[in-house]
Parts: sequence; structure tokens; C-alpha cells
Amino acid sequence: MLWLRTWRLGVKSLFLHPLRSLLTVLGIFIGVASVIWLLAIGEGISREARRQIEDLGADTIIIRSVKPPSEVTAGSSGPTPYGLKRAEYDMLVETVDTIKSAIQIREMRRQFRYGGRLVDGRLVGCTPEYADVTKLKIAQGRFIDDADLIHRSTYCVLAARVAERLFPYEDPIGRSIYLAEHTDFYEIVGVLEHRNPTAAIGGSLDSQDFSNDVYIPLTTMQRRIGDTVITRGSGSFEGEILELNQITLRVDNVNNVFRTASLVEDSLRHHDEMHDIAVIVPRELLEQAKTMQMMFMLFMGLIAAISLVVGGIGIMNIMLATVTERTREIGIRRALGAKRGDIVRQFLVETLVLSAVGGATGILGGVLCTPVVDFVREQMKIYAAETMSRLPEVVQSISPVIVPWSIPLAFGISVFVGVMFGIYPAFRAAQMDPIEALRHE
Amino acid sequence: MRLACRADELKKEYVLKSETVRALRGVSFDIPEGDYVAIMGPSGSGKSTLLNLLGCLDRPSAGRLFLGDDDVSRMDDDQLSHIRASRIGFVFQSYNLIQQLTVLENIEVPLYYQGKLSSQDRQRCRLLAEMVGLGERLDHRPTQLSGGQQQRVAIARSLINDPYFILADEPTGNLDSHTTAEILALFEELNNKGKTIIMVTHEDDVAGHAKRVVRLRDGLLQSDIVNKERILLNRAAMLA
Repeated sequence: MLWLRTWRLGVKSLFLHPLRSLLTVLGIFIGVASVIWLLAIGEGISREARRQIEDLGADTIIIRSVKPPSEVTAGSSGPTPYGLKRAEYDMLVETVDTIKSAIQIREMRRQFRYGGRLVDGRLVGCTPEYADVTKLKIAQGRFIDDADLIHRSTYCVLAARVAERLFPYEDPIGRSIYLAEHTDFYEIVGVLEHRNPTAAIGGSLDSQDFSNDVYIPLTTMQRRIGDTVITRGSGSFEGEILELNQITLRVDNVNNVFRTASLVEDSLRHHDEMHDIAVIVPRELLEQAKTMQMMFMLFMGLIAAISLVVGGIGIMNIMLATVTERTREIGIRRALGAKRGDIVRQFLVETLVLSAVGGATGILGGVLCTPVVDFVREQMKIYAAETMSRLPEVVQSISPVIVPWSIPLAFGISVFVGVMFGIYPAFRAAQMDPIEALRHE
Repeated sequence: MRLACRADELKKEYVLKSETVRALRGVSFDIPEGDYVAIMGPSGSGKSTLLNLLGCLDRPSAGRLFLGDDDVSRMDDDQLSHIRASRIGFVFQSYNLIQQLTVLENIEVPLYYQGKLSSQDRQRCRLLAEMVGLGERLDHRPTQLSGGQQQRVAIARSLINDPYFILADEPTGNLDSHTTAEILALFEELNNKGKTIIMVTHEDDVAGHAKRVVRLRDGLLQSDIVNKERILLNRAAMLA
């Protein structure tokens, strides 16, 4: 009952200066909301990063060819052969016994044509296992199969977006796309479902986007295109001689990943000189990502904590002003029998009300994070599509995930801050000499 | 007759700018229950110091002070607070109501600091407000009241804890003559009902309403005179 009155009195006293109290609450509101927002955004980003890495497969080892730095190839006339060799693929598969399955890929950027429509994309020479390892799902028709590989048939499978753009109205199955660079036709036997991009690998910063791919049998590519590829750049030609772009190894047991990876690295030591391959272990990336996430969270938490401390200083500032302003009231209360503890309690309750209201509204504001960010992103896609498309992939697909423990944490911190920064003004109020306080004008 | 207050060789010294000021140099008096005492004296006489001691806002340097049976001269801060909350009724020159509280809530404050507030107490607050003529304004804020009305609230507040005495510090200092008369009449009425009143004032005609006038000079008791005229008038009023 008396407690209730203390609280009611606190609220009443705060209403003596509604605007001032509101601004103080705003400081805490921003602090609490930013704790929740920053942690939610951090969690959203790292979840997306983890998902991308996990899509690479925790039990896989990826070896990619990397274009060697120009100083290594300097002096030689024309393109220098580099990267992974088919022989190395065979060697790895035969010698490393923890490998369960393996795939090899050769890829290049090409233009695909159908009728008057033209699409830039990635031409991938692969084996049937590729669909399984990279978790591609068939929407229509079939993927490349063993028979295609043996017969070096000119069949192809389209990724979803290529199919949409080349065949907005027609059914692509059974039709043929045209590769201008090689004056070659490929008949479409299947179309894939949409797939989310996976993490960036092999020195490139872009995450792997599978939506503009066209898949053909690897053997077909070797026969009809070969290892030497000329790419037409703007006003120049660029050539590369490369047998394989990527080898993906699947290990029989997740626990063997690191051991196998070091074995593979040892077997491919001879590439060290050229720096023309990169070994990527998604599981390692995953662990790095977890460390990164911790750092990120810590960093975000620090920023949020700073804003809460600023909010706390705001509280302290206001309470000190309030205490001075209400010296007379303190004197009256002391004369009417208030103990020092009563005065401390009265002012602490006021700071608690301020920080609790700030905390509660801050939580509301924090929980709105996901819908607000989603809304802004969708609006941006509609009204500022161009700006949006230039932003990094991570920002484009950002979707904050509220971390459940951030809510009690933020509220706890806000109340803690309220008490911490409220104690000093409250004690100053209580230490006043009642006689002096009564005389105060 | 029981004593509301007894001062025994009260001394108070304090240091002001490295100089020791002897504000009270040994003051003794008894105030029986039902008395109405005016304390007078020029500024610097120790009047305010005595008021602070009687109000338990301060402790004497030497000597003893009893309120009822409680020796308050050696009490600590919290004990003194408790005495103020339960045993003293303050009335100030500038009313000293709490701005954010209503009339009724202002009257309740001393009870709140005693740590009790029952529905009976609330009823008493209401009765006291009615007694001082503010039964219609229980929900008003101090700023909505005139000076005289505010002082009435303060008097009601001073009575809520059934104190040993009402300690009034220049209670009419801020009021016009008409309101002064009203407030003094209220004090007289309360005194006739048996309430003890100690009033600090520097106005002779205000002091004339008391039964007894104590004068201080230079920290000592200068005179302690019973106001026979006032007592006779009082008797006459009671007989009539």
C-alpha cells in the first residue's frame, strides 16, 4: 500500500515536468531499443552467413583454381596454363581414402541466346553428382545424368532465373539455347528451382549465386570447348588455359574434415609456387564465422552499452537538476518526518520509473525491429531499386532476428543504469540539512 | 499536569566561518500540555535555533530536551525523523505544502512517514480538512488555494499525527490582517480544545493571543510572562 503510494508519488513528481521526463525516457528508450536492434541485426547477418556456409556442406572440402597474380605469369607470351588438373582430381580420389565422393567442375562466363533474348550467365561443366552436392533441386525435367556424360551429349539444364529470362512465355524443355562464342546449340532437358546464394569462396568476394547458371556435361565441355577459353572483354581478348575450376570433395565423416583437408593441401603443395589454387574448408569457415559473430555481437553490444550509459547520464543530469529544484520539498518532507532513507527511496523510485518506462517502451521499439527492417527493405526495393541493387548482398537480404535473451538483458541493463545513475542524486538529496533545505527559496 | 515539552539548560553552538556562534547559552522552561506559548525576540536572539531544537530538526550541544517523556537531545537522525513524523505538528510561515499533492494528500504526509495509512486515517484527514473549512476542496492543489487556505491545510496537516504540540513559525507572516485574525482564531479554538501550541513570532499583537510570552535575548531567556489578560478573556468566553 505504502509502496504503491511511493510509486504513485514518483509518477506524479515526474509529471511536474512532462517534457523533461519524456526526453529522459527517450534516452533510455534509444539505449534499450538499440541493444535489441543491434543484436537482432547482428544475429540476422550472422545467421545468413552461417546458412550460406552450411549450404556449402560441413562435410565438404572445396578446391578452386585461382587466377595467379600477374607477377607470376609475367614474361610469358600468351595465356599461361594454371589451376587444377584432371590428373590431380584422379590422384586425390584414388589416394585419399576418407573421400566419400567427389565432383569436378569447369565453368566460364558466357552469353546464352534464345530467339532475340540474351542472358549473361555462368556455363558450368559438371557431373551428375553436382546437383546433389550443391543441393540443387529440379523443378522440371531432369539433371545431367551418367549417360549424358558418357555420350558427351549436348544437353543442358537451366537455373531458374536463366529459364525465366530466356523463356518468359514458353516451356523451355526440348528447346535449344545458342552459345554465340562457340556457335553451338544445347538442348534443354531440365530447369532448376530457385536457390539461395552460398558463401563466397576462393578469393572472390561475391557469394556464389546459382541463379544464372547453365549446366552441361563436363565431358561435353571438354570436347566442344576445351581447356583454352577466350573471353571477349571490352575491346580486348583474354585467354585462359585451365582444366578444372573446382573440385569438391565429400568426406565420409565430419570429424575427418580437417585431417583430410591437410592431406589434400599436402598433396597439392606443388601449386604453392603459382598460388593458383585455394582450399576452402566450409567447416573452418563456419568456425571462423562463429568467432566473427562473437566479435560482432561484442562490438554491437558495446555500442549499445555506450548509448545506454549516455541515457544513464541523461537520467543523472535530470535527477541532479530535480533534486536542486526540489530542495524545498525535501526540506518539508524531512520536517514532516521523512528519514534519509525515505528521501533516497523517493528519488530512486523516480529514476526507476524513468528507466523502467524507457526500458519497456524500448523493448516495444526493439521488437518492432524485424517488421520495420522488412518494411523498409521492401519499400527500398520498390522505390529505390537501383540504389538497393548496388548494396552488398548481405544488406539486400538483411532480416534481423530478435535474440530472445537480449530483451531481459536490455531491460535489466536499463534498470541497472537507472539505479546506478540515480543513487548519487538521491543520496545528495538525502544528505541535505533539513533546516537549510527549508530555508531554500 | 503533564508536560508537552521541557527544556533543561539548552545550549547550542555552531561554527560559522571559523567563529563559534553561541546561539543558545542555557535556556530552561517547561511547557505543560494545553499551553499556548509565543516565543519572541529580536533577530540573533536564538529564536530560530530554539525553534529548530523544539522541532527536532537539530540537536542541542548541551542540556536536555524532553518532548513528552522522550529525551530527544541525544537521538540520532532516524529517531528524530520518527519523532517529527509522530509527535510534532509543523506550521510554517510560507505554508510549505507539497505542490504535486492534493489537499488531502498533503494532510496525509506525516502519516505516510510513520509508515501507516489506514482507511480510518484517511477519514481523519477528511475530518480535519472539514474542521479547518476545506471540506469542499480536498482534491485541490496548493496552487489553487489562497494563502489563508494553504495555511489552514498546513494546520490540518500539523494535527494529523496528534502531536505533543503545534510548532508554528511566524504562521501569519505572509497573511493579510483579515486572514491573520482567522488563523489566530483557529489556533485559539484548537487551544481551547486542549491542543498545545508553540508559536514563534515577532509581532506583539500576534503574541498577544498566546497565554504566555517567552522572550529571548542573546541566547538567554529574557522573560517568561503569563498573559493574564488573555486568560481572563478566555475564561470569560468560556463562562459566557
